[in-house]
Amino acid sequence: MTSEAGACPLVGGASLCACARGLAHGGGAGAGWPFAEPPLLLTGACRCPVRPGTARSGAEQSGARLGGPARAAAMGSRASTLLRDEEIEEIKKETGFSHSQITRLYSRFTSLDKGENGTLSREDFQRIPELAINPLGDRIINAFFPEGEDQVNFRGFMRTLAHFRPIEDNEKSKDQNGPEPLNSRSNKLHFAFRLYDLDKDDKISRDELLQVLRMMVGVNISDEQLGSIADRTIQEADQDGDSAISFAEFVKVLEKVDVEQKMSIRFLH
Amino acid sequence: MQPPASPAASPGPGAPAGSELLRWQWREVQVPCLVAAWILVASLAKIVFHLSRKVTSVVPESCLLILLGLGLGGIVLAVAKKAEYQLEPNMFFLFLLPPIVLDSGYFMPSRLFFNNIGAILTYAVVGTLWNSFATGVALWGLHQAGLMDPGVEAGLMDFLLFGSLISAVDPVAVLAVFEEVHVNETLFIIVFGESLLNDAVTVGFVLPAGAVQGVQLFCGAGPSTHPCHGLCEGVSFFLVSLGGTAVGLLFAFLLALITRFTKRVRIIEPLFVFLLAYVAYLAAEMVSLSSILAVTFCGICCKKYVEANISQKSRTTVKYTMKTLASSSETIIFMFLGISAVDTSKWAWDTTLVLGTLLFILLFRAVGVVLQTCVLNRFRLIPLDRIDQVVMSYGGLRGAVAFALVILLDGAKVKAKDYFVATTIVVVFFTVIVQGLTIKPLVTWLKVKRSDHHKPTLNEELHEHAFDHILAAVEDIVGHHGYHYWRDKWEQFDKKYLSQLLMRKSAYRLRDEIWDVYYKLNIRDAISFVDQGGHVLSAAKLSLPSMPSRTSMSESSVTNLLRESGSGACLDLQVIDTVRSRRDKEDAVMHHVLRGSLYKPRRRYKASYSRHFISPDKQERQDKEIFRQNMKRRLETFKSTKHNVCSSKSKARLKEKGRKKKGISLTSDSPNGKTQRNVPWQEAAPVLVMVSSDEEESNSSETEREDDEGIVFIARATDEVLQGKKTPSSLDVCPSPCIIPPSPTLAEKELPWKGDQADLAVYVSSETTKIVPVDMQKAWNQSISSLESIASPPGIETGPQHKRFACPVLEEQPQSASQAMPEQSSCFQFPSHVSKSSRSQSDSSPDGTEQQELQPLMAAEEPSRILPSMEPRWLIQFNRASQL
Repeated sequence: MTSEAGACPLVGGASLCACARGLAHGGGAGAGWPFAEPPLLLTGACRCPVRPGTARSGAEQSGARLGGPARAAAMGSRASTLLRDEEIEEIKKETGFSHSQITRLYSRFTSLDKGENGTLSREDFQRIPELAINPLGDRIINAFFPEGEDQVNFRGFMRTLAHFRPIEDNEKSKDQNGPEPLNSRSNKLHFAFRLYDLDKDDKISRDELLQVLRMMVGVNISDEQLGSIADRTIQEADQDGDSAISFAEFVKVLEKVDVEQKMSIRFLH
Repeated sequence: MQPPASPAASPGPGAPAGSELLRWQWREVQVPCLVAAWILVASLAKIVFHLSRKVTSVVPESCLLILLGLGLGGIVLAVAKKAEYQLEPNMFFLFLLPPIVLDSGYFMPSRLFFNNIGAILTYAVVGTLWNSFATGVALWGLHQAGLMDPGVEAGLMDFLLFGSLISAVDPVAVLAVFEEVHVNETLFIIVFGESLLNDAVTVGFVLPAGAVQGVQLFCGAGPSTHPCHGLCEGVSFFLVSLGGTAVGLLFAFLLALITRFTKRVRIIEPLFVFLLAYVAYLAAEMVSLSSILAVTFCGICCKKYVEANISQKSRTTVKYTMKTLASSSETIIFMFLGISAVDTSKWAWDTTLVLGTLLFILLFRAVGVVLQTCVLNRFRLIPLDRIDQVVMSYGGLRGAVAFALVILLDGAKVKAKDYFVATTIVVVFFTVIVQGLTIKPLVTWLKVKRSDHHKPTLNEELHEHAFDHILAAVEDIVGHHGYHYWRDKWEQFDKKYLSQLLMRKSAYRLRDEIWDVYYKLNIRDAISFVDQGGHVLSAAKLSLPSMPSRTSMSESSVTNLLRESGSGACLDLQVIDTVRSRRDKEDAVMHHVLRGSLYKPRRRYKASYSRHFISPDKQERQDKEIFRQNMKRRLETFKSTKHNVCSSKSKARLKEKGRKKKGISLTSDSPNGKTQRNVPWQEAAPVLVMVSSDEEESNSSETEREDDEGIVFIARATDEVLQGKKTPSSLDVCPSPCIIPPSPTLAEKELPWKGDQADLAVYVSSETTKIVPVDMQKAWNQSISSLESIASPPGIETGPQHKRFACPVLEEQPQSASQAMPEQSSCFQFPSHVSKSSRSQSDSSPDGTEQQELQPLMAAEEPSRILPSMEPRWLIQFNRASQL
C-alpha cells in the first residue's frame, strides 16, 4: 500500500508545504471576517511544487500510522490511506469534521479524482451526473476553486465542504475569541453570497441577480417578469440605495431565516 | 348527537290544532334544526369566549368549550332527567372528524412535514406502539396486583386494547392547543404529524380488534393467543396504514386530474375538493383502512396541483370553507365531549385505574420520547434538545378520537367498558384542560424557540431556493444521498411527469415558486394599499417596479379615484392608475396639439411606461417598439422639416383614428414605410376635397402603420375629457412620478373643457376651429364623419360638421390656454432623459419644449386597446360640442 504512495502526488499536495499550513492557520483566524478571502486564497495558494521524495516519506508514515477504522473506511481507494494523521488533525482543527468524516470524504475525493493527481479539476466535478442538472451546479463547482485556479486539493475541498457542516451545540457556546468556524452562520451566508457575486465586488448587482434567477426559474418566465422580480428583490433588500445587494444587506434580509439549518447537510459519521 | 326532542322543544303533538295552514311541523325539521341549533350555540359561545382577550390568551379555547359542554350537559340532564346529545362515534367519525383532518392535511406545510417525516413516523408508529403496550401491560400489572376494584373485569387483551386507544395523541386536541402556543414549527410538525399518523396505529389495532362491528379478533381472544394476534396486529397495522395512504394518494391523483378540466365550471371547483377528499375518507373507512391517513395524504398531495389548477376565487373559497368546517367541527367536538361527560350512566369509576392510566400515559410517553429522540438525534441534522423533548412529552394530548373509540367498544366483549369510558373521559379532560392550560406557561418558562411568523419576502424565497440547490449539489459532491438528494429527484420527477399530467397547461407554464411569491407580494401590496387608502406603508415604501405610479399617489387620489371612478370594473389599482395618468396627460395634450397645430405627439414614451406597468411582460417588446418608433420619428421629423407637412400629418392621424376604430391591427414596421408615408402629405394639400369615408379609411390604413400616434392622442384626449368630468378632484395628483410626468393637472382645470361642460365644449370646438389650419379642420371633420359612419348612425354627423365650421372664433380662448401652460410646466416633472430626447426631436415645433413635454408618450399598442370603448363617447362629446 504505502509503496504506491509516491504515485499519488496528492499526499504531497496535502502534506507538503509548511507555508500553506501556516497560512491556513492565519486564515482561520481571519475567517471571523465575513469576507472570507484569506481562507479562500489559502485553499488554492498552497500548491507548492512537491518533490515526490518528500511526498513518499510522508505517505509512508501515514500508511503506517493510520488507525484501523480509518483504513476500513478507506477501503477501496488506495490513496485515502495516504492521509497522514497530522493532516487529519489539521483538517479536523480547521474544519471541525470528525476523523471518520474526513477519511470518508477523502475516499470520496479520491474516487472523484479521475486524474489521480491529488487534485480535482472542474471536469472531475462535472462528471457527477446530478450536478450536471443542478441549475446552480456550475456556480457551486466554481465555489470550490480558489480564484484563478482550476484545481482544488483535498484541503480546499474540505474547507469548502465545511461550510455545510451543521453547527453543533458545543460549538455554539465556544468562546467568541477564537477563529470563527467555517460553518458559522455568516460563513454559510457568505458562501451563498459568493455564488451570486460573480465579479467579486461584494455586491449583488441586478445583472448578477438576473443571471441566477434565470438559472433557477423555469424557461416559462419571461425576461420581463424576471426583471421585475430582480428589481423587487433588490428593492426589498437594498438599504443604501445603490441598487445592489451588499453582503450586509444580504445578511439582513435573511436574518429571519434559519440559515444554520437550511445551509447544512448531514455528513455521515 | 342523537336528536331526540328535548322537552323544551318538543311541541310536535302539542301543537295547536287551530289552523291547518300554520301547522306546527317540528318533527320534519327536528334533526337539521337541532344540528343547526347546536352549531349556532357553539359558534355563539366562541364569540363570547373571544370577547375577553385575557381569558382566551390564558385558557385554550378547547378547554372553554369542554367546560361549556359540561355546563350545557348539566342543564340538559337537569331538564330532561336523562343525558341527551352525546358525542356519538358514528357522527364523530363520519361527519366531525373528516373536515378537521382534511383541513390539517391540506394546509400542512408539506415541505416541513417531509423534512421531518422520519421523526414523525418514528414517533407515530414506534412511539404509539410502545405507549400502547407499556400502558396496557402496566395497567394489567396493577390489576393483577389486586389494586383495582374487582369490578374491573379485564384481561391483558382488554388492557392492551385500552392502552392503544388511550395512548394515541389526538390531532384535534393537539391542533387546538398548539396553534395557540406557537412553538417553533419543527416541534409543532412533529407533534402534530405524529398525532395525525398514529391514527393508523390506533385504528389498525382497535377497530379490527374493535369489538364493534363484529370483527372481534382481538377481544374474543384470550391472553394465551397473544403472540399470534400480535402478528396479526402487525400485519393489520401495515395494511391499514399503507392502505389508507394508498387510498389517499389515489384520490389525490383523481382530484388533481379532475380539477385540470374544470376550466368552464369554475364555480364547482371547490366542491370537487371537498367531495373527493370526503369520498377518500369514506372509501378508506369502508374497507376499514385508516381513513384519517387517507384524507391527510389526499390533502397533502393534491394541494400543489389543485391550487395550480383552480382559480384564485376557488382557492379562497376552498380555504375558507375548509377552515370554517374544521373550526366548527372542532368546536362541536369539544362541546359534545363536555356534554357527554355528564352522562353518569356510562360511567364506572375506579380510582386506581384512572390514576394509574394518567400516570402511565404521562410516564411512558416521556420515556418513549426520550428514548426515541436519542436514536433519532443520531440521524437528525438539527437534533431535538431536552426542551423539545419536554414539550413533546407534555404535548401528548388525548382527545375526542380516544373518546369515540372507547364508546365504540363492544360492552359485551369488553366487560370493563364502563370503567374505560370513565377513565378515558378523565384522561381527555385532564390532558386537554390541565395540560392545555399549563403548556403555554411551560413553553414560556422553558424558553422554547417560538415560531416567528413574518411575511414571506422575495429575498427569502429566492435565497432559500438557492440554498436548496446548493445543498443538493453538495450532497452530490459528497456522494451522500441524503434528504436533499431525494428531494431533488422528486422535484425533477414531479416536473417532468406529474405536473405535466396533473396541471393545466397554462398553470404549468406559469408555475414557479419564485414568481408565485413575487406575484402574491404584489397582490398583497396592492390590496393593502387600496385598503388603507394609500397612506402608508409597505406599498408606499417599496415602490414596486411594476407599479411605478403607486408610490407617488397621495391618499386623496386613490380614495377619490375609488370613489369617483370606482365602478366595479375599475377596482384594480393598476387599472385605475393607468387610465388616469394617461387621461390626464392626454387631455392636455390633445388640447395643445390641436391648438398648436399638429406637432408630432411624442406620447409613445409615456404610454409605453404605463403599459409596462399594467403588464410588465410587454416591456421588452415595447422597448423595441420605442426604439423603432424613435428612429421612425427622427426620420419623420427630418422629412417634415423638409416638406413642411406637419398639418398633413396630423390630418392623416385623424383619419387613422377613424380607421383604427375599425380594429385594424397596426404593424409597426412596414418595409416600404417611405412610400406609404407619402400618402398623407399629398392629402395635405391646402384645400382638401371631401373624400368618402371609405377612401379615407383605405388611405389612412396605409399611413397608419407608420404613425399611429395620432390615433393615440386623439383617442386619449377624448378619454381624458370624459374622465376629467368624472374625477376632477384627482387632477392635482401626479400619477406616475417615478417614470413620467405627472399629468398637467392644474392646467387641466383651466383647460376649456374641464369646468362647465356645456361652455367648455363650445370652447373646444371653437378653439379647434381657430387654431387648426383649414385643411386640418377638414381632415378633422372627415375623420369624425368616418368615425361616426362607423360607430353611429350617419344622420347625426352632418349637422355637427357644418356647425363646427361656422363656429365663431373666440379670442379669449388662446389666452386661457396659454395661461394654463405655465402652471402645467410647474407641476410637471418630466424625467430629464425623456424630456431631453423629446426636445432633441422637437425641432419642428415652434412653441418650444413646453408643449412637447405635455404630450404623453404613447405605446404603439395602446390605441388599439383603448379605442374601441372610447369611440362612442368621443363622438358624443364632440357632437355635443359642435351642436352648442
